[in-house]
Amino acid sequence: MSFVELAFNVFAVLTVGCGLGVILSRNPVHSVLFLILAFISTAGLFVLMGAEYLAFLLIVVYVGAVAVLFLFVVMMLDVDFAELRSGYAQYLPIGFVVAIVLTVEIGFIVASWQIPDEAMAVRQVPVVESVQVVEPGADNEVDQGDRVLQAPNNAEQLGMVLYTRYVHFFQIAGLILLVAMIGAIILTFRERRGVKTQDVGRQVGRKREEGVEVVSVPSRKGIQL
Amino acid sequence: MIDLGQYLLVAGILFAIGAGGIFLNRKNVIVILMSIELMLLAVNINMVAFSIYLGDLVGQVFAFIVLTVAAAEAAIGLAILVTFFRNRGDISVEAADSMRN
Repeated sequence: MSFVELAFNVFAVLTVGCGLGVILSRNPVHSVLFLILAFISTAGLFVLMGAEYLAFLLIVVYVGAVAVLFLFVVMMLDVDFAELRSGYAQYLPIGFVVAIVLTVEIGFIVASWQIPDEAMAVRQVPVVESVQVVEPGADNEVDQGDRVLQAPNNAEQLGMVLYTRYVHFFQIAGLILLVAMIGAIILTFRERRGVKTQDVGRQVGRKREEGVEVVSVPSRKGIQL
Repeated sequence: MIDLGQYLLVAGILFAIGAGGIFLNRKNVIVILMSIELMLLAVNINMVAFSIYLGDLVGQVFAFIVLTVAAAEAAIGLAILVTFFRNRGDISVEAADSMRN
């Protein structure tokens, strides 16, 4: 077993095992920690495949943001998690059956999968394997064969298409994140009523008539306010 | 080099685990959200595996979009969860029938 195969087996087993841990552990905090480990081992799988950019994006976005968000929510909400697991045994058979059926179905698809020959011809952005440098004037083929530069790495190649050809996808992704941010803020923002706070807008916008009343006081009688 | 089928198998099993987790933890919304994250992760593994083995970078661009959408979905889902908990005092899915009556 080569090192790559060993690493693949370790990462694959860790990913699947942590996935099981997420859905089976009693404590949701443990679930989140299993989720983090599943993300990290998936990032390992991505590195093995050669998709380094997405691997590190996975660690930064998922582990650094999403998992921490989950952890915050799990720890902030004061929920009786034991009560939530009361129907667990009741749902165990159907969950098990669904998972098994799905696995078998996907297994069938994987077993019968073949990439058709035409697929290679319709690739939209082929991965650059190597860069051949052709110097102007040099038509010696042996010379040219020696001048093969190393291909740009995964992040560079992805950047070259992401910011040019798929720039609209990139901007739509940004818009989705903006909408999510605004939505999350609006959903969770709570305006407290009955708390004395300074409202600068109201303070500045106040007119003279609201605060001052000129009363003519009759002599020797005074007024009742 | 690892076979494409092995990556697809890992992704398939992970997807099935995520789908099973939704059934298993039907009361706990937090674990349901985590199961959805697992399923999206499995989809991402598939996309990247096909992208690498076909030699086409578009798969990775799409995996990038899926990752963004997953992050947005987690943020919105957890915000809804916090609001729900604030209003109801618990997060049981089966208690979420206030729209019915």
